[in-house]
Amino acid sequence: MSLLEIENLCKSFGKLAAINGVNLKVDQGILTSVIGPNGAGKTTLFNLVSGYLLPDRGNIRLKGEDITGSQSYEIVKKGISRSFQITNIFPDLSVLDNIRVGLIAQFKKNFDLFHSISSSEHILKEALNIIESVGLGDRRHYKASILSHGERKILEFGLAITTNPIMMLLDEPTAGMNKEETDNTVNLIKKISKEKGITVVLTEHDIDLVFSISDRIVVLNQGELIAEGAPKEIKANPLVKKAYLGED
Amino acid sequence: MSLIGVLAILLILPLFLPEYYIAIGIEIFVMALFALSFNLLFGYTGLLSFGHAAFFGTGAYACALTLKHISSSVFLGLLGGIILSSIVALIIGFFCVRFTRMYFVMLTVAFGELVYNIGHKWVSLTGGDDGLVGIPISPLRFLFLPPFNLVKLSNYYYFTFVCVGVSIFIIWRIVNSHFGYVLRAIHENSERVKFVGLEVRRHQLLSFTISGLFAGLAGALLTVFEGMVSPASLYFTVSAEPILMSILGGTRFFFGPIVGAALFIIIKDAIQTLTEFWMVWMGAILVMIVIFLPGGVVGFLHSRFLISFSKSRIR
Repeated sequence: MSLLEIENLCKSFGKLAAINGVNLKVDQGILTSVIGPNGAGKTTLFNLVSGYLLPDRGNIRLKGEDITGSQSYEIVKKGISRSFQITNIFPDLSVLDNIRVGLIAQFKKNFDLFHSISSSEHILKEALNIIESVGLGDRRHYKASILSHGERKILEFGLAITTNPIMMLLDEPTAGMNKEETDNTVNLIKKISKEKGITVVLTEHDIDLVFSISDRIVVLNQGELIAEGAPKEIKANPLVKKAYLGED
Repeated sequence: MSLIGVLAILLILPLFLPEYYIAIGIEIFVMALFALSFNLLFGYTGLLSFGHAAFFGTGAYACALTLKHISSSVFLGLLGGIILSSIVALIIGFFCVRFTRMYFVMLTVAFGELVYNIGHKWVSLTGGDDGLVGIPISPLRFLFLPPFNLVKLSNYYYFTFVCVGVSIFIIWRIVNSHFGYVLRAIHENSERVKFVGLEVRRHQLLSFTISGLFAGLAGALLTVFEGMVSPASLYFTVSAEPILMSILGGTRFFFGPIVGAALFIIIKDAIQTLTEFWMVWMGAILVMIVIFLPGGVVGFLHSRFLISFSKSRIR
């Protein structure tokens, strides 16, 4: 049984079939990249799996359990967390408080009305661990909104870890980063996902990067899955070359 | 330290002030609690209620009815006010949190009107236009201590001081609790809160109910003070007051609505002695505040004079 199984998934916006009959399996510990030209349906696929959007048809199963049509917060609790293409954090909270909010949820302290957040030693400790591990240690008291673009992306990655996921959907985790930041971020994602046993599925526009980091690549085009396989196979696939790389 | 100073001044004030100003002080305490309850919802949770009179008035009526028909003990009266106003807030909130932004605001307005009309038209229970008058208030009795007559103005000043003080402390604890931080996060980005695995509405509903509870307590305290209650306490202009007070003081600071309530009532009192058109002047002052001090008075003091309110800063 695969960790994530997607069966005949469909989603249309009016006449546009954003995701059209996609079948996909993701195995535990396999770093999978979803690629495809703009408008191929990568983000829609993430939105469907994470419960941000309701599918029109099809099934999504996590560890064999049907999660199709579940609310996003339920899916998070079942173990899928995500980041967004356009950075999605709590801009006016400090870095530390961003992470703490995620941990409050994980430790089910969200209805604790009487204990001050600063009295919670284990949440603080765990938050500092996460902040250190993503390399934002010296930024922990900064408001999230004054961080650089790259740091905010990293913070969102940190926020995605707070839910203690078994699978993480990262929507363009390095978008807008320079070469050095991109490399650091990729290493960080690989390191942490390995340490914590999180299976990563990501989308990425930098094709060279995708080929170098992925165990498996899935190619979408106009809402349909046109190819999947190891990076070598994908490179050699004529359909992919035609549709995606623009070569004949 | 400065907090202790303020408390000390408030405690000795009634020894020097004429009765008129003691009454103003009581009004400030009551409205400070009302404004603070509103800002728990607005400043912390990000929900603008334009119908808070429903909870304030419900608390006022429930307290009056309890005192009249069940027991003349003020504690029971306040308890009745708290219980009914939180039930009403729970019911109204249940529907309101299903909507966002303008729809949420409109629904609170609609429910506010509904509750006003119930108070106004259910004559056999509420006395209609006349309201309820002649509410019995028995003195407080603690063990062997002499009875504490709440009808005496300075006594009631201290009583309200304690009730409001304890309430403010509880609200302070709540906004700094784990739950309080979830509320701040919901205010910032409710979509993201779902993606850390939390159901947003339940938190909003609890915040709404707590807010209604303290608004109701404020209303109940006013009933005991005035010895009567009228449908005016449910009217929509009453809903506007905590909003204006919070804006005046600063919605981004815990103490903003409290300072706002004090200023609002002091300014209102000062203008009222000069002209009967006090609302025109108050309106002008509020317009100036919004234009020139968008962070309210507390926000201004904080940023301009570096008087540190940072501990009480919401965002």
